[in-house]
Amino acid sequence: MSVNKTDYRLLTIITEAALESRLIDALEQCGAPGYTIMDVRGKGDRGVRSAGWDQSGNIRVDVVCDEVTANRALAHVRDRFYENYAMIATLSPVEVLRPEKFSPR
Amino acid sequence: MDPIILFFVLGVTAGILRAELRLPTAIYELVSILLLLTIGLKGGVEIAKQPLDALLPQVSAVLLMGFALPLVAFPALFWLGRMARADAASIAAHYGSVSVGTYAVATAFLASRNIGYEAQMPLLLTVLEVPAIIVGILFARGLSRGTDWRALGREVFLGKSIVLLLGGLLIGWAAGPEGVKPIEPLFFDLFQGVLALFLLEMGLITASHLGVLRRHGVFLAAFGVLMPLFGSVVGTLLAGLLGFSVGGMMLLATLAASASYIAVPAAMRISVPEANPTLSLAASLGITFPFNVLIGIPLYLAMAQWWSSVIGG
Repeated sequence: MSVNKTDYRLLTIITEAALESRLIDALEQCGAPGYTIMDVRGKGDRGVRSAGWDQSGNIRVDVVCDEVTANRALAHVRDRFYENYAMIATLSPVEVLRPEKFSPR
Repeated sequence: MDPIILFFVLGVTAGILRAELRLPTAIYELVSILLLLTIGLKGGVEIAKQPLDALLPQVSAVLLMGFALPLVAFPALFWLGRMARADAASIAAHYGSVSVGTYAVATAFLASRNIGYEAQMPLLLTVLEVPAIIVGILFARGLSRGTDWRALGREVFLGKSIVLLLGGLLIGWAAGPEGVKPIEPLFFDLFQGVLALFLLEMGLITASHLGVLRRHGVFLAAFGVLMPLFGSVVGTLLAGLLGFSVGGMMLLATLAASASYIAVPAAMRISVPEANPTLSLAASLGITFPFNVLIGIPLYLAMAQWWSSVIGG
């Protein structure tokens, strides 16, 4: 099974747990075919996010999609959330099996 | 000293000493869910025993207090404290709203002294969660510009604390004193133990916010003590007007004195994202919560006893 390595992207966003439902809505609007959410904790320029209780939790959202969707989603979350929320986002190329699962909705 | 208070002191101490102690998030969530449901259930069961007609004027009066407290807090923060508009608005909303944890400690304090209180207090607690959030957003945004009221309404009315408090109230009210017997062991008998665990975690959280205060200075710390004292006087006077008993008076004073750390931070994060959550939580959790738990609650009881003897003749 061959796939074009440059076609698919893993978009990883780490942000405040408070943002979860709005972030997911935004990603789906951008055409994300699916997502995986993890509860995480760590430290960044907004201090330690210890996940000890409601307001200090972080989430990590992974989306695998095509390059166009990934760039659109990245630009959208940057414009909407970067200024006021603790958030980082990264984009990396990934190889996938069954590419039809990751075409935009 | 009550053992539950000592659990709080243990949490703060362990946090300051950076002890290897961390309650799993799931435990904290379960404990806070149990607290909210228990308070709701207790209120619902008590309300089921009595007529409802006196409630409406009380609920309206308490709502009014919920709108009024942030109206006092905001100017103090904005002009005296010279804080940014969004920060002042957010902190004012925290202080107009209420802390369920503080309320739980106050009821335990009354119970250990065999002092009764009005059955509708949990309902008033629930009612007080909301108005300050609205006032806070209006201060930050004004009426005209695009606040997403639908998203906000969701955040406020479908947030964990309101859903569980109201849900507990309704279940307790529908089931009545006999109906809740089978679930009493979990919710009522374990209440003190659950509260102790909750306070241990709150101590750890408080300790983690103390460092912020060192950076953001004396004004916030002073506000975190003076605002609850002012609120407690307002609460005591209002309870006097409503004809509450000493216990109810002390609880309304505690509610007016307490600052939210569950419902309001979540709503502010969504509606006023430019407000720095570190500041409001440092004041609410680093200063006001420990102040109320350690000093405020006994003080408010003494004030209620004095005031009811004054107005009682």
